Amino acid sequence: MERTHLLNLLWNQQNAQGFISQSAITEIAKLLKISTIEVEGVITFYHFFHQKPTGKYIIYLNNSIISEFKGFREVKTTFEKETGCVFGKYDNNPLFSLFETSCIGLSDQEPAALINFYPFTDLTPEKVISIIKDLKNNIPIKTIADNPKSKIQYIPEDDKTVFFKDYTPGNSINKLKENNADSILKTIADVNLKGRGGAFFPTALKWQACKKNSAKTKYIICNADEGEPGTFKDKILLMEFPDLVIEGMIIAAFVVGAKEGIIYLRAEYKYLLPKLKETIHNFYNNNYLGDKILGINNFTFNLKIQLGAGAYVCGEETALIESLEGKRGEPRIRKYFPTDVGYLGKPTIVNNVETFANAARIIELGADYFKNIGTEKSKGTKLISVSGDVAKPGIYEIEWGMTVKELLQLCQATAPNYVQITGPSGECINETEFNRKICNEDLTCGGAIMVFNKFRGIIKILENFTKFFRSESCGVCTPCRAGNQILFEKIKKLKKGLCTSTDLQEIKDWGNIMKLTSRCGLGKTASNTFSTATEKFSDYFKFKILSENENQNVEFDMESAIQDFDSIIKDNHH
Amino acid sequence: MKTVTFKIDGRVCTTKKGKNLIEAAKQNGVFIPTLCHFKNRNPLGTCRICSIKLNGRSIAGCTIQVDEGMDFEVNSTEMLDARKAILEMMFVEGNHFCPSCEKSGDCAMQNLGYEMGIRYTRFPHLFVDRLVDARPERIVVNQNRCIRCKRCVEEVKTKDGYTVFNATNRGNETVIGIDYKQEAKLSEVEAERAMEICPTGSILVKGKSVAKPFGQRKYDYGQLGETIPFNKTKINHTNGNKKIVATTSLAGCFGCHMSLLDVDLGLLDLLEVIEFNKSPITDIKKFSKHCDIGLIEGGCCNTDNIEVLRAFRKNCDILVSVGECAIWGGLPANRNTIPLEECLKEAYLNSMTSEDNETCIPNHEDIPKILNKVYPNHEIVKIDYHIPGCPPNANHIWSVVKNILFDEEFSIAYPEFKYD
Ligand SMILES: Cc1cc2nc3c(=O)[nH]c(=O)nc-3n(C[C@H](O)[C@H](O)[C@H](O)COP(=O)(O)O)c2cc1C
Ligand code: SF4
Ligand code: SF4
Ligand code: SF4
Ligand code: FES
Repeated sequence: MERTHLLNLLWNQQNAQGFISQSAITEIAKLLKISTIEVEGVITFYHFFHQKPTGKYIIYLNNSIISEFKGFREVKTTFEKETGCVFGKYDNNPLFSLFETSCIGLSDQEPAALINFYPFTDLTPEKVISIIKDLKNNIPIKTIADNPKSKIQYIPEDDKTVFFKDYTPGNSINKLKENNADSILKTIADVNLKGRGGAFFPTALKWQACKKNSAKTKYIICNADEGEPGTFKDKILLMEFPDLVIEGMIIAAFVVGAKEGIIYLRAEYKYLLPKLKETIHNFYNNNYLGDKILGINNFTFNLKIQLGAGAYVCGEETALIESLEGKRGEPRIRKYFPTDVGYLGKPTIVNNVETFANAARIIELGADYFKNIGTEKSKGTKLISVSGDVAKPGIYEIEWGMTVKELLQLCQATAPNYVQITGPSGECINETEFNRKICNEDLTCGGAIMVFNKFRGIIKILENFTKFFRSESCGVCTPCRAGNQILFEKIKKLKKGLCTSTDLQEIKDWGNIMKLTSRCGLGKTASNTFSTATEKFSDYFKFKILSENENQNVEFDMESAIQDFDSIIKDNHH
Repeated sequence: MKTVTFKIDGRVCTTKKGKNLIEAAKQNGVFIPTLCHFKNRNPLGTCRICSIKLNGRSIAGCTIQVDEGMDFEVNSTEMLDARKAILEMMFVEGNHFCPSCEKSGDCAMQNLGYEMGIRYTRFPHLFVDRLVDARPERIVVNQNRCIRCKRCVEEVKTKDGYTVFNATNRGNETVIGIDYKQEAKLSEVEAERAMEICPTGSILVKGKSVAKPFGQRKYDYGQLGETIPFNKTKINHTNGNKKIVATTSLAGCFGCHMSLLDVDLGLLDLLEVIEFNKSPITDIKKFSKHCDIGLIEGGCCNTDNIEVLRAFRKNCDILVSVGECAIWGGLPANRNTIPLEECLKEAYLNSMTSEDNETCIPNHEDIPKILNKVYPNHEIVKIDYHIPGCPPNANHIWSVVKNILFDEEFSIAYPEFKYD
């Protein structure tokens, strides 16, 4: 059997047994003709695979910073109290197992958890008590799960909205009949569409490169891994307009000549599967997928979905490809572009969900529609997920060029002080920058804006982010794997109040080394927020650091250094 | 194959098109350090010690095939420092106690430490407790020393094509795991090859680990036993005023002090220009004068060490950490990965020689308290200079001291700096 089946084989075991046993590992290894350590390497890479038995209900509670500020602690303790289990422990409780997990794409409804991958949102201790009671009473989980739909809070005027416009499935791909690959590429280039997964690479260039490759087999991959904390804009598209996304993929396939497509869906969004599958099914029925699509000769395109298994780094396109190939999601070295050597070594296009949806709209509406929307260089609109200290969290479709201030007004932010753009891997801005425009020329934004008010501890935010990178790093390269641990030591020192301005300088210097030498975007961006926050919020940090000691003693926490000894002596003499 | 022209740090170089940059640079006389890179193989790009800039963008050098017109930045201050930082990261992330490592002298990572002139690490040591796995048939995997370069993952296969090693877990918990079943298939020769390709002392073959005597190890400079004469240049500036030196041994083994005395008769020359104050050498217990320089051996493992160190800071203009224990904890820091309680119980209650209920953990107001871990001196007071070594060579120590006190220029020969 092909190695590409590995993730699904593991999911089958995980779902059937609640864990992947040693004998199952041996079995799978035999089937794929690989050694067991290779299978274990994959299992242990992904958060949602377990090697020890779990309870009937696996609860994953989100520990993102938004969740933390909205009551994570209380919810967590209540879960432990009600189930008698401990987070992160395999304690052989037949009913429950508890784990923390990184952002699950519900930042507008935090604290939130997935129970057997069903969403439970806006959790409070009272709500947790009732959920656990219901589950103990065998009430079907489906019936008590919440609707994870995000509120669409803002749409621009009718002649400006791109995504949330009336939509008839097939409208976009029907245009393929009167077009050829080059005219499609030209239209997309005219609008200057740039990738919405965070790197903003020009989509037309990417497609062009893949088209140029003469290989017979090519792949189109939709990156639906949406793992950047605070981001949930792809989810709304997959829920509301899955057809639009798929049409975008079909258009890409038409342009580059690909016959196979895969949607890599993060496991956190497993509840979207039924609707997605149904949509694909309808597409096949309407001859929008399959052979001779729309009657166009030689146009074949088949589409399937692959479920991820919990790893932020798998959103990085080459890690995603590795994951699809049944391997650990370690980003590849930058030797080739996926458009030349991608999935199974074949030319591959990886685009974000929003990119595909946007491409479909461009073909449907024509380049002219976009002429007067956005700024000089950023045409059209952008989906933004807004969360944090705002009265109206949710999805905002903003015209490129809107200022942060305008957006903060729209979402009714209360005393905003610290705003995180794009998520932890992006950047933070302070009050003086609220006039900046959200667009490629000024403040680029991948799709999340997290707002924190004056009462939120900045060190707490940075601690959460650093922890996130420390555990979500794929671990393959030194600067990111070790660097994030080292930066975390600085966080600990800051929390103890032992840092001086030398430490702040070191945070910047060390962060720069990670940026210079890391293998992929995760390590390259991980230190950015931390280093810049110390400057942008210097007033805050002034109170968090000590002035350099004049008698040349370094600040040292003697009390905690002898605490262990004192307590051992106490324990051993009584 | 076509010859191409490219640039390294502004200098025009040539090589065959498609040649790996590491080899191409070497041909042109430029050294780029590597650890995971393995000649003629697919680049792994894991360790990042070869980081350079290509046309202004940083990238791992070992992943590049040279092409016409490429412009590399290799030995700029920024890239030299970044590469050094990566090696330092490896040292602080693992637990590298070279004096007790079987691979010492044969270790590519250790050798790079010398080559790149690492004196101390700018980063704090993490001291994570890691597994030493002796369960495999022939091999022992010591996770304390593994840098996750993945050479073993790619290169060690059984005859029927199965991998033996693989990375497991993720993020800060990533470790290299071994497949016991596949490992058992390896022949003695194949197992030894695994040890050979590992750039650190992480993979060892049982019974084969200290095969080579000193002087014949891979990175030994020359035969053992060569002594380098003490640099006796007379110092003639003193105008009668001797400089005052204090020394102490904190959590150390006195090895560095023995080394101080290793200059033999050279010490008599030294005494013409310096005078010892508080020091085990003079047996002066309390500072009786303000000193120009304080030499500290050993780190801080108890409250007394901290007091002494702070007194040194107060009484000396310049403080020098001498030796690994002073610099980062060294051998005493072996205990840093183990909870203090376990250490004390093992030493005083559960050891082979202690009898039930007859012994206790010493505790009296007159004896210092043991700290939760061994701290490097620079985490307690400001340290002005670090002299690496376990112990550092006598010439090295005194050359540095004379340089600091008398501005005397010095250079240290490679064998004086290389101390394993
Ligand atoms: C650590 C990391 C995580 C990423 N996560 C995602 C993701 O969840 N979704 C996504 O579309 N792109 C993600 N990307 C960006 C992808 O690598 C890639 O640039 C993108 O999928 C390309 O599509 P686009 O051109 O349409 O943006 C991530 C990149 C990195 C470095
Ligand atoms: S930067 Fe981090 S995530 Fe990227 S390859 Fe390196 S260790 Fe993996
Ligand atoms: S592996 Fe190398 S660097 Fe590490 S302890 Fe052994 S000799 Fe030293
Ligand atoms: S065991 Fe050795 S070869 Fe394998 S990854 Fe670790 S350091 Fe590299
Ligand atoms: S030698 Fe280039 S990354 Fe290791």
